[in-house]
Amino acid sequence: MSRLIRSRLFWGALGLVLIALLLPLGVSGYILGVLIPAYYFAVFAMSWDLLFGFAGEVNFGPTFLVGLGAYGAGILDAQTGLPISVCVLFGALLAVVGGLLLALPALRLSGPYFGLITLVAVLLLQQMVTVFAHVSGGEIGLTIPDVLSIDDATNYYFALGFMIVSALVLFGLSRSSAGLILQACGQDPVEAQALGFNVAKHKVAAFCVSALFSGVSGALLVFYYGTASPGTVIDIAVGVQVIIAAVLGGRRTILGAVLGAVFLVAAGEILRPLGQLSTFVVSAFALVVILLVPAGFLGTLLYRRASR
Amino acid sequence: MFVSQIIIDGFAISALYGLGAVGFTLMFGVSGVLNLAHGATMLVAAVVAWLVADRLGSLGGAFAGVLAGVATAFGTYFCVVRPIQRSRAIPREETEIFVLTGTLLWGIMLQEAVAYFTTTSPHTVRPLIAGVTEIAGVRTPTNEILTAILCWAAIGGLWLLVNRTRAGKALLAASVNPRGLTLLGYELSNIYLLVWAIYGVLAGIAGVLLGAFLGVSSDNAGTLTASAFSIVVLGGLGSVSGSLIAAYCVGYLETLTSYMISPSFRNIPALILLVAVVYLRPQGLLGRR
Repeated sequence: MSRLIRSRLFWGALGLVLIALLLPLGVSGYILGVLIPAYYFAVFAMSWDLLFGFAGEVNFGPTFLVGLGAYGAGILDAQTGLPISVCVLFGALLAVVGGLLLALPALRLSGPYFGLITLVAVLLLQQMVTVFAHVSGGEIGLTIPDVLSIDDATNYYFALGFMIVSALVLFGLSRSSAGLILQACGQDPVEAQALGFNVAKHKVAAFCVSALFSGVSGALLVFYYGTASPGTVIDIAVGVQVIIAAVLGGRRTILGAVLGAVFLVAAGEILRPLGQLSTFVVSAFALVVILLVPAGFLGTLLYRRASR
Repeated sequence: MFVSQIIIDGFAISALYGLGAVGFTLMFGVSGVLNLAHGATMLVAAVVAWLVADRLGSLGGAFAGVLAGVATAFGTYFCVVRPIQRSRAIPREETEIFVLTGTLLWGIMLQEAVAYFTTTSPHTVRPLIAGVTEIAGVRTPTNEILTAILCWAAIGGLWLLVNRTRAGKALLAASVNPRGLTLLGYELSNIYLLVWAIYGVLAGIAGVLLGAFLGVSSDNAGTLTASAFSIVVLGGLGSVSGSLIAAYCVGYLETLTSYMISPSFRNIPALILLVAVVYLRPQGLLGRR
């Protein structure tokens, strides 16, 4: 049974990857332009799922890590003009430091208390961006001199490749013994500790990995847009979207987050004619999914036959 | 003059924060629900008050606003919270995160609906009283004084209800030990209905007063939720008096910062205080573990 599920997941994922690979041959630049941010977004959602689904940490502020990576890379590039790879590395480093900062309270606090800390972290970061507007560009945004590429297809393949690599690493991690231990730590830390696992070490590691991928993805997104603004990488609304994407796709599936993210971004685009109401419709849909099929898209597909 | 201005302005703001946070903390204390649609509930109340005040005057508007607050609270309970709590597909231990996500989405829906019907520009509810009164040499809008008085009246009313009436004592008991209460023959779902009704009234009043005092826009529903959440955590989840103390700490800290340093730094010290308190004393000022 488990092999069947695994292979079903494998073939499904392979098929989707093939479609995604062939897409630039057949569709317009507009659709690619919609999908590129969606792929980076998917990485945010997968990293969030690693923290929430596996480590059991209610993180309301995924954009704290994303924003640190994005602004770290963006500001370094705007100030010094170093090569993009160095800037992305710096952003990733900054995000990992942010992840460690979040991990410290996470070891002591639980549930809503930790959730609030993450929320406050986002608000503080947003305030910092506004206060140090001369460096960060403030509310309007930071313009970045370098971009990854001006060619749609190149950008697309880069985003797709990055997403696939992240998905492989995160998914592999979640199915490895470390992932199992992490899940145990999230569900019952006392028992996990009694079994001799170092809960603190695993949780800190989860935060670092999550922060690394969020940060790199945020930094790359900034180099795709050529600009960074609180509205695109820090605002709580963005964080909420990440959470919705991961929950829609299915918690504890990692790969489900990709489906959720692409769905959310695509739905936002298709519903654009509705104007302001589009957010309303997307939220209502997400609410209905949560109420009726709480396991999410992939969770329902995979575990429907399991005893429930 | 300067000092008394800070004292007076800070007092009114803090009273409003206190009222806004009390409903939130009561809800958590009694039914364990953290309602992330809190800001949106206040927003709906304020916007309805603003709309109705044009036809029925400011008193009619305020009344309609409070009613809208109650209606929104019941909507949240029946459309979101209760289905999640009763769902069989959601494991017990994950109910909390589902309620959080569900109310968050519901709040966004309310906020977007308000934005659609009344645009995102800020609305200021017509004040209940016009005019200016001089206190200790500070010219204060009479409405500001009335706001502080009404906030404290509402909080006082809540205190009387909880400590002096039978239904209120049942609420208190539900926050301590729900199972014990059901053993005494109380229907827990009725208690929850009551707490949502009280919550709706409190959030409605807070929303209307906030709309008249500072104005509201659909964009800051999230900020309202976040500040109520942080005040409540600072005071200790579930503790009403803790929330009031925390509201005054935050209110005065913000007023001091915006007068002494700059309004754009307004909420930074409060956020840092919050992180420090939660880190050193996770249960908050007066919270129980």
